[in-house]
Amino acid sequence: MKLSREDVLHLATLCRLGLSEEEIERLQEQLSHILENFEVMQQVDTSDVPPTAYPIPLENVVREDEVAPSLPQSDILANAPHQEEGYFRVKVVLEQ
Amino acid sequence: MNRYNLTIHQAHQLLKKRELSSLELTRAVLERIARVEKKVHAFVTVTEDEALHQAAQADERIRGGEITPLTGVPVLIKDNICTKAVTTTCSSRMLENFVPPYDATVVEKLRDAGMVMVGKGNMDEFAMGSSNEHSAFFPTCNPWDLERVPGGSSGGPAVGVATGEAVYAIGSDTGGSIRQPAGFCNVVGMKPTYGRVSRYGLVAFASSLDQVGPLTRDVTDSALVMNTIAGYDPRDSTSANYPVPDYTESLIPDLKGLNLGVPREYFLEGMQRGVEETMRSAIAALEELGATVDWEVSLPHTKYGLSAYYIIAPSEAMANLARYDGVKYGFSYDGESMWDDMEKTRGYGFGPEVKRRIILGTYALSAGYYDAYYLKAQKVRTLIRREFEQAFERYDALITPTSPTVPFKIGEKVDDPLQMYLSDVCTLPINIAGIPGISIPAGFCDGLPVGMQILGKPFSEEMLLRIGFAYEQANGWWERRPQLEKGSAVAGDLKRG
Repeated sequence: MKLSREDVLHLATLCRLGLSEEEIERLQEQLSHILENFEVMQQVDTSDVPPTAYPIPLENVVREDEVAPSLPQSDILANAPHQEEGYFRVKVVLEQ
Repeated sequence: MNRYNLTIHQAHQLLKKRELSSLELTRAVLERIARVEKKVHAFVTVTEDEALHQAAQADERIRGGEITPLTGVPVLIKDNICTKAVTTTCSSRMLENFVPPYDATVVEKLRDAGMVMVGKGNMDEFAMGSSNEHSAFFPTCNPWDLERVPGGSSGGPAVGVATGEAVYAIGSDTGGSIRQPAGFCNVVGMKPTYGRVSRYGLVAFASSLDQVGPLTRDVTDSALVMNTIAGYDPRDSTSANYPVPDYTESLIPDLKGLNLGVPREYFLEGMQRGVEETMRSAIAALEELGATVDWEVSLPHTKYGLSAYYIIAPSEAMANLARYDGVKYGFSYDGESMWDDMEKTRGYGFGPEVKRRIILGTYALSAGYYDAYYLKAQKVRTLIRREFEQAFERYDALITPTSPTVPFKIGEKVDDPLQMYLSDVCTLPINIAGIPGISIPAGFCDGLPVGMQILGKPFSEEMLLRIGFAYEQANGWWERRPQLEKGSAVAGDLKRG
């Protein structure tokens, strides 16, 4: 599997990752090499094999919806880069 | 013996008899940090004032007759485990100034036991790496040869325990991140069964693989830390509601009646000859202790472990690391627009290995490739898990090397991701299957440590500890300490920033 420059740019957009020209080039080459090596997995016959998402058997874990203390708002906002009146502040999301 | 080289159980005896105070022990460890840290760089943060304060509290508690095996014993915590009011950086620019508002459950449990924390351990950024070279701040050096890597991603914690900069450490293991550095530094590293220890407050990397565990000088210490940190936690819905035994009861010094298997796929082509020889004599020593060893076990799907792991782990990482958007906490870039801010925050905040894995995970999950990569890897995961299940119907434990080589040179593999990934080839399948594994010192090859990995079925930590303990009692490898004071070259004085 050879990745094109456009492939890497598309992936970077999907995960919102800013990349420099040099990084795009290097990732294109390295990922192609890595994926080529992972082709070996396609040799395995997995028909009738169910996928494993978690190594131990786990179904949905539920609990009672009980009121319990949570962290104060000021603690939660203490690490926020930008805040205003008890909210996280971000730039305009939907432009007119 | 120097105080900083005591094990937990040795220190505990002295503390209990009041022949040593926690303050004296903590000062000895802090002095050791002051002497050797500039050579090894195991710490992101040294918490000297807090440590002395906690030691004084521990002493008061001991005077009141209230002592547990961990009370007053200095610990180093990997920097991806949240510590209230102490920065938790994951060795990343992204979290360089992140101060958690709460403690991880493991930290809370250690605090309840009378914790003295001397600092936070350096690691590969977000636990992605096998050498500590991917720390955004500085690489940690192997104390057995300062030009070599300590392993990773819990390199700082492993080095701290090996050098006496802490008596024990807490790390995390997603594909070998406790065991491989433990093997490279001649200490004991335990990755418990998936779900055995709460991960609440562990910064998430790959949620179906991550597990917290101890790095210690010997097996008895590993059992003592497990006694304190294991158990169900309602705040981690993947933690197992399964009784916690007294792990010290499994420390029996013989192996009579045990059936051990040696899977030949772990003695792979390209394995270092000296590591293979060391392993063969270590396994022969297990036979002498009374175990029956089958040298011809086969786990044929082992060779697909690497590919399956490097699809599953980056896919989960890509989702977990989506939270670093520059809005709620962490590094934030002030750019042209909301999207520009987010892309540049992530572009500048993450280092090269983290970016590589995010892109790889995005690829494996993206439309058109999901079935061929992610789903395929999950099916291979099932086969690897079943293969272990079948093996454990016949064997009490499996024995393998922890890594195919001794510690490699700093810089040797950092530009070749695939070579770096191969360094974890013996440890990855264990996380894929969710089973427990322990690495214990098994000898030396050209003056560098070799680790032996012991594997068991889910929740069989007692069996691993028993085998490790018996081996350790008969062979004193764990007692060897690196000589940092004489003759060893001082590595480049890389400072943070």
